[in-house]
Amino acid sequence: MSVDPALRELYQEVILDHSKNPRNFHEITEATHSAKGENPLCGDRLSLYLVVDEGVIRDVGFRGAGCAISTASASMMSEILKEKTEEEAQTIFSAFHDLVTGKTEDETLGKLAVFAGVRDYPVRVKCATLAWHTMRAALSRKEEAVSTE
Amino acid sequence: MSEVAMRSVRGAFDVERVRADFPALRQSVKGKPLVYLDSAASAQKPRQVIDAVSAFYSHDYSNIHRGVHELSERATRAFENARLKVQRFVRAASEREIIFVRGTTEGINLVAQTWGRVNVAEGDEVLITHMEHHSNIVPWQMLCGEKKAHLKVVPIDDRGDLDMDALRRLLGPRTKILAMAHVSNALGTINPVREVVELAHERGIPVLIDGAQAAPHLRVDVQSLGCDFYTLSAHKMFGPSGVGVLYGREALLEKMPPYQGGGDMISSVSFEKTTYNRLPFRFEAGTPNIAGVVGLAATIDYLDTIGLEAVGAYEEELLDYGTAALKELPGLRLIGEARHKASVLSFVVEGVHAHDVGTILDQEGIAVRTGHHCAQPVMDRFGVPATARASLALYNNRDDIDRLVAGLRLVREVFA
Repeated sequence: MSVDPALRELYQEVILDHSKNPRNFHEITEATHSAKGENPLCGDRLSLYLVVDEGVIRDVGFRGAGCAISTASASMMSEILKEKTEEEAQTIFSAFHDLVTGKTEDETLGKLAVFAGVRDYPVRVKCATLAWHTMRAALSRKEEAVSTE
Repeated sequence: MSEVAMRSVRGAFDVERVRADFPALRQSVKGKPLVYLDSAASAQKPRQVIDAVSAFYSHDYSNIHRGVHELSERATRAFENARLKVQRFVRAASEREIIFVRGTTEGINLVAQTWGRVNVAEGDEVLITHMEHHSNIVPWQMLCGEKKAHLKVVPIDDRGDLDMDALRRLLGPRTKILAMAHVSNALGTINPVREVVELAHERGIPVLIDGAQAAPHLRVDVQSLGCDFYTLSAHKMFGPSGVGVLYGREALLEKMPPYQGGGDMISSVSFEKTTYNRLPFRFEAGTPNIAGVVGLAATIDYLDTIGLEAVGAYEEELLDYGTAALKELPGLRLIGEARHKASVLSFVVEGVHAHDVGTILDQEGIAVRTGHHCAQPVMDRFGVPATARASLALYNNRDDIDRLVAGLRLVREVFA
């Protein structure tokens, strides 16, 4: 039995790499913003830590347990958000959301384009966007945990 | 004589003939023949049940218990005949003990909200087990919250068996009711219900059994089990969704206050006073799922002609085959290896989240459930966020298991 092309599209090397070796996978004790996210459907849990200084995200860290898609998404997000302004982060969120829900093929997303395969798996959109929803909650200083349900 | 009856007379369980009864199994998913291994979530329906529901809607449908016209009489007869069928199916003493509800969850809520609200007071205890489905946790939690009572939990061991010594210790003077699954949905454990009921009854404690996962696999006999309440869902036993049964011992039901108010549960109403109807109608407010109940009756006929004893023996053999096959896969850990098990293969693949396992199997046309199976405390007990669960039913065969194993090899390949 060989790996189906659609599956290979979903589980690209870069996604597998980030899921097995997540970047910035640590708590930040001096975080200015933090939030928890969870996906009750699959039990994924994520704690996100941000250091924001004068509207610019200086550092990002996260902890948690999740599937390959959600872990890779959080890992790549943590790299991309560094040195972005809060507004830029919101713009990337929207573009990313549109990408995984199949609304657009945004050229500006760079490395994040590997998540385009998610659009063929509607049930996995929540996995891909969990970290991003949690990031928005952290920036808006929401107290309660974010849920994708 | 029908095909199914012939089959039963011959005495052999012929899985290929059974498979032919289920239209949903004859389809391809993602370009591959469907392997349906998610029956513990909800089971597929045989054409005998689909046809019965269709025939009922086509010829006999009407509201029940009120009309004086022919169709209403036919519908009422079909509905009440179904009640007699259920009574015989679970071996209840009287049809007054059979209450139609939406499903197992509603059955448990009914008992918690009626029997529970009258009999549980501040400082009392409700006893459940660590392997319960959320629907046999939350209704009791709600009741305990309202009454300032305590929810106590019987632990389970690493194999997924109930800790009977702990259960004996936890049955105390303040225990008001014990609620427990007959078969665990997440682990497949078959609990020693009769023994537990004896222990509880020695102390005068009533027992509710969540039979959702047992009814499709085992012969249920509420009198032999001795339980006070037993509840099940039609959709798990190859019948329609949105309908289920609560069995309750008549002596207990008689003393329970009504559940929901409305038509069918009353004898007479004035603005000053309402007189409630007799059992079982007292607990059946509003127009029920009439066609669903008719479908449930057809389901019982179907299971009776095949014979649940034959089903049980066949499934046990298939479960053994599946257990052995999965154990040979490197990096796979079975969750739940109780001494007595039914129909469930719950597992984790090392280094791969259950959700990813589910997606890759789906790509191969294999339907399994992934997640916490509405049993989060069970996941916590075994230290996993989620499992993949392949659940078997009477229409699964060895080929389904072989396809699952091949799919799991593919999972390793993708994540290698």
